Amino acid sequence: MNKPIEPNSFRTGPDEQGMFGIFGGRFVAETLMPLILDLEKHWNEAKTDPAFQAELQALSTHYAGRPSKLYFAENLTRHLGGAKIYFKREDLNHTGSHKINNCLGQILLAKRMGKTRIIAETGAGQHGVASATVSARFNFPCVVYMGATDVERQKPNVFRMKLLGAEVNAVNSGHGTLKDAMNEALRDWVTNVENTYYLIGTAAGPHPYPELVREFQSVIGKEAREQIVEQEGRLPDVIIAAVGGGSNAIGIFHPFLDDKNVEIIGVEAGGRGLDGIEHCASMNAGRPGVLHGNRTYLLQNDDGQILDGHSISAGLDYPGVGPEHSWLRDTGRVKYVPILDDEALEAFKLTTKLEGIIPALESAHAIAQAVKTAPTMGKDQIMIVNLSGRGDKDVHTVAKMMDMEI
Amino acid sequence: MSQSEAGMSGMKSTRIDALFARLRQENRPALVTYFMGGDPDYETSLSVMKALPEAGSDIIELGMPFSDPMADGAAIQAAGLRSLKGGQTLAKTLKMAEEFRRGNDTTPIVMMGYYNPIYIYGVDRFLADARAAGIDGFIVVDLPPEMDEELCIPALKAGLSFIRLATPTTDDKRLPKVLENTSGFVYYVSMTGITGSALADTTKVSEAVNRIKRHTDLPVCVGFGVKTAAQAKAIGASADGVVVGTAIVNAVANVLGSDGKTTADPAEAVATLVRGLAQGVREARLAPAE
Repeated sequence: MNKPIEPNSFRTGPDEQGMFGIFGGRFVAETLMPLILDLEKHWNEAKTDPAFQAELQALSTHYAGRPSKLYFAENLTRHLGGAKIYFKREDLNHTGSHKINNCLGQILLAKRMGKTRIIAETGAGQHGVASATVSARFNFPCVVYMGATDVERQKPNVFRMKLLGAEVNAVNSGHGTLKDAMNEALRDWVTNVENTYYLIGTAAGPHPYPELVREFQSVIGKEAREQIVEQEGRLPDVIIAAVGGGSNAIGIFHPFLDDKNVEIIGVEAGGRGLDGIEHCASMNAGRPGVLHGNRTYLLQNDDGQILDGHSISAGLDYPGVGPEHSWLRDTGRVKYVPILDDEALEAFKLTTKLEGIIPALESAHAIAQAVKTAPTMGKDQIMIVNLSGRGDKDVHTVAKMMDMEI
Repeated sequence: MSQSEAGMSGMKSTRIDALFARLRQENRPALVTYFMGGDPDYETSLSVMKALPEAGSDIIELGMPFSDPMADGAAIQAAGLRSLKGGQTLAKTLKMAEEFRRGNDTTPIVMMGYYNPIYIYGVDRFLADARAAGIDGFIVVDLPPEMDEELCIPALKAGLSFIRLATPTTDDKRLPKVLENTSGFVYYVSMTGITGSALADTTKVSEAVNRIKRHTDLPVCVGFGVKTAAQAKAIGASADGVVVGTAIVNAVANVLGSDGKTTADPAEAVATLVRGLAQGVREARLAPAE
């Protein structure tokens, strides 16, 4: 594929049509188009409204617990014998992952738009829990669509959502994972256009979602930037984050995109290997196509039918990726690499034992790449890994992988 | 297929235009029938397609299966999956139209589906092959006017119609944008929702059709939720065409056993339904509207 001309800045997208190069856009049914234009209008007003920003800031601090810490993983660093590894501790946020950042921002938008009902899709259940949480806090009824396979492998999160008052609808179509949940959420939205706000959980979907989710998640990168300068006196050499839809990744990457000396690595789910179809590495093994409102790299066959993919991690089990990542891939600014299920599981166990931190399986993919990259770097070099969520939700999956019963 | 016929017929009246001109003289609405190409397999589906005009269908909407039909209800989702499982591809759907055309050169064929399979096939190649196969137009659910450069403009340049969906959320301010590059007819989606839902209030539908007609001279066809001859008759009183989809797809599904094999002739099952619907649209304007 031809490499696009390198832009002066990697931080100016999307354009007015919602495009990042050829990626992004608004590929939705006409019924939804007026809603998306209305959302764009309110978002453009909100992002420059000091009152909106102040309310979000206060909630981030006192409700979500921001700023999240930047933790020097000393034992893991010593174990790997290379670069100094820092974890951006999004796992310490309220609800246990970075998802709350986006949900707080969007629930304020929903309130501002006068919507009275929230719908959301979820894979691992982290976004579902965060959506149910902010819906409880702001007194919205909330319906979460979740693939039937994911309902099964993420039982604790399903129960949490129900406790929080959300209705969880198991989706049986396809493989019963995130893609199918998103289809069903879109079907709900196209039916309930008057009162419903669709709280998309990742930096994907039709414009302006990729942009607004990125903006709400960029708090991760902004904080990390200040924190690393405070602790080390300089910017990091490498940043690593896991990419499913890619919201935690774009959140930590975006503030560093124009720092040419910072190497940025996104980690895709390599599943059981890229040779077959049991993976979710859309940017390594897919090609551009149109799904769920945007053009982006997708796992698909020669007829343009979307494949289901596979990952041990429900949060990465999606055959697409946010459009900005596709653009960053093609421009070469960010390198995207696959990590296999087994490698992620090893990183999960290693981090738990060495650091006393149980990472989410999604985040374990990023750590697994750190395990590969850190030893190749000097001891004076610095790496930040986005620890996007905590792994309590994954203990059942991990136990099963280890042939243990709990 | 070649592009040999391309570039000739840009100015001539299309099959769609000719049809609506004739129906205006007959003072009756068109019966527009949707079926899923390749459901449950190529040959059966082709026999369904051939049965449609004989049973009284005026326009055929040829469904292109897609793995992720976000605007469709359970019936059409299942039909698409059956079709894909039966080996249907976009190339085969085009071939089906081509085979149909050998025996019928008048019934307009509109391909309906989602953009990704077309994008992967390649827009220019798709338009050339669609023309050669005798396709008249397209309805692509996930291409709103904002994305016209993708397929709509190239299709119009190739002399093919691009039929746009207008919905209850398309207000007067937005209608001109939706209608701007629409040709052939306008497809009014009678309610917000997915295919196969309950039919909207016919009075509201009639108001909406009149609203759209204030903005365009194009025929307005109404779909989403029409299942019976009585409904086709009621909707057809004000609309220029009545679209039936899910009921036809169900007629096929109803004669499939749990093993996927047919228990009766799907073409005959569809024809029986369509004959009733055709009767409905022919009665739509016999009694004065209330």
